[in-house]
Amino acid sequence: MSLDIFKERGTPLDRQSFTWKDMVGEPYSKLDDDAFTRVRQILMHGVEQESCRFKHFAARFNPELRLPLARIRRVEHHQATMVNWLMPGDQSTLETTIGFEQVAIEVTAHVAAVEPDPYMAQIYRFGLLEDFDHLYRYAALMDRLCGKDANNILQSYTDVMPGRPTSVEHRAPEDDLRLHYQKTRAAPLTKIHAALITGSEWQTRDYYLTVGPTFADPIARQLYAEIASIEEQHVTQYEALSDPSETWLEKWLVQEATEVYAYWSCYSQEQNPRIKLIWERFLSYELEHLRLVRELMQKLENRDPAELLPAEFPDPLSFTSHRKFVRETLAAEVDLRARGYDIVPMDQDSPASIAYRAQLNAGGSPSEAVAAGYHWRPGTELTDRRVRDAAFAPLSGQEAAQ
Amino acid sequence: MNKNDRPTDIGINRTGIALSPLDGPLTAEGASAAPPSSAGSWQDAAMVRLRYAAEASEFGHMPPPATLRGLAKTAKELLKGHKANVLLDKLGERLAFERTGVRLYDGLIVKFEANGSWEGGPTLEELVAFRSDEARHFELMVQALVKLGADPTAMTPSADITAVESLGVLQVISDPRTGLAHALHAQQIAELADVAGWDLLASLSETLGHTELAAECRRALAQENLHAAAVARWLKAHAEVAARGELEQAVAS
Ligand SMILES: [Fe+2]
Ligand SMILES: [Fe+2]
Ligand SMILES: [Fe+2]
Ligand SMILES: [Fe+2]
Ligand SMILES: [Fe+2]
Repeated sequence: MSLDIFKERGTPLDRQSFTWKDMVGEPYSKLDDDAFTRVRQILMHGVEQESCRFKHFAARFNPELRLPLARIRRVEHHQATMVNWLMPGDQSTLETTIGFEQVAIEVTAHVAAVEPDPYMAQIYRFGLLEDFDHLYRYAALMDRLCGKDANNILQSYTDVMPGRPTSVEHRAPEDDLRLHYQKTRAAPLTKIHAALITGSEWQTRDYYLTVGPTFADPIARQLYAEIASIEEQHVTQYEALSDPSETWLEKWLVQEATEVYAYWSCYSQEQNPRIKLIWERFLSYELEHLRLVRELMQKLENRDPAELLPAEFPDPLSFTSHRKFVRETLAAEVDLRARGYDIVPMDQDSPASIAYRAQLNAGGSPSEAVAAGYHWRPGTELTDRRVRDAAFAPLSGQEAAQ
Repeated sequence: MNKNDRPTDIGINRTGIALSPLDGPLTAEGASAAPPSSAGSWQDAAMVRLRYAAEASEFGHMPPPATLRGLAKTAKELLKGHKANVLLDKLGERLAFERTGVRLYDGLIVKFEANGSWEGGPTLEELVAFRSDEARHFELMVQALVKLGADPTAMTPSADITAVESLGVLQVISDPRTGLAHALHAQQIAELADVAGWDLLASLSETLGHTELAAECRRALAQENLHAAAVARWLKAHAEVAARGELEQAVAS
């Protein structure tokens, strides 16, 4: 199955219209729909957010592009709305968070597995093990704060166990920068991967920053603050992968191609027929965005962007469990650290990052406190008799003893 | 398709681990084999909570006392000292709860119109009558606060807390995907709290010497007891009719 992006016709821009009624449609079912429907919904909202964000920055620097940017961005905004409004009202903030980390794990694992550039692939595997740990910490929070089982959201597709411990993921800014691809040599898929994962991580960072303070519980507030900081690092890392010498139009082209690729992938695997129609409709919108950017490039940069794009996409993103890949990566690479642009063994960890994380963790580590001694079990840790019947030791006594 | 009967139909709920005969056991085995990154238990987080609790200040306070000028002498007497604030806070709580209660019934009425009822379930007239009870109780609290020289538009600490408590109730009632029985199940929480709230307020005003107010509260309490009993009756009838498999006929008729 492949998609010829030059032959397919999209929906003309003036027919890419919405009503409040169709933007605010029926959400998916938290109970009945497949977890990957939620994964696609969260991913695509991240992609649309990135699309809007990019177009705002582009408008600040390119007066001649302001009008086409504004026109297409308005559609992106309404796409973002319609996609995000697929979330149901019975899905709690913490349940959505579990979904976010499932996206980060399964989509990044796919990208790491198929990324043609070995340096980039290593970076994705490195980040993957960090989001993998976040899932475990949030699952512990959900279990121990709310008495709820994260697997109700994950549907057994994704493991719940420690990755690279969040407490050691904190790095000095200089250790989060990475080398970028070379725009003339990089495969189109490499560019698309960077745009896709950067958008997804940025949305996660924004989400945690927004919802963290809606919790009353101090441990939840601390954990969201801590993990939001790692997501900020992830954005720093992944956005560094794109070539800074790309022109604004080249970057715009990559962004629209990413949207085409992602919607096509969603469309090819969606089981919910109603939501599949949305992916199909938006794929058609994005094909036209892409065509319009090509036209602008021909007009303003006087060149044919066909050279920058794949004639057709090889395979869609695979929305499936990557358990085996993740476990192998975990076994081989959990102890790796980052130093400057490089991924290094633990004994070569960066002194700057060691000092930085010692400072941040000086008042205690939220991610360690929330998951101290934690094993996820089907139905929560309270299904373990030892946990259920653990002798209660008054906390104030322990506090005094410390 | 009627939502009053839908959720217990067998569908494709995918949340349980048994739905994933291959992946489920892999996930469980993996999790039990992987050692945590630090020793300890849920008590480690509890310790952090304890420290925050020790350091935390209050989330809010009562507004400054109303001017006593122009108040009747008896009212002035009754408002002296700390006890006045306790009463005003609780009056503010009832006011807020009853005002939200009107809106909850607005939601229940939409639910009724969308889904209908069942044998032994509520009638539209009953829901409308209960709505006006809540509205009257709200008005009663406005009057009581004004009589005591307090600002009935202020959100007192207990009013704030009670609104936070009710968040889930509103979320269930306002979701177009839930049926009338779900919504009434949520409303049951509100009605039980209503009963307890009026009961407490009746005794408190009695204790503080507000005899007239205490009598009003007992009248409201009697109505709330009727609400709570009615909701419980409707819900039991729903469960029984549903269990007998007669719901769809009942709804259709
Ligand atoms: Fe878009
Ligand atoms: Fe994460
Ligand atoms: Fe991340
Ligand atoms: Fe687009
Ligand atoms: Fe009531």
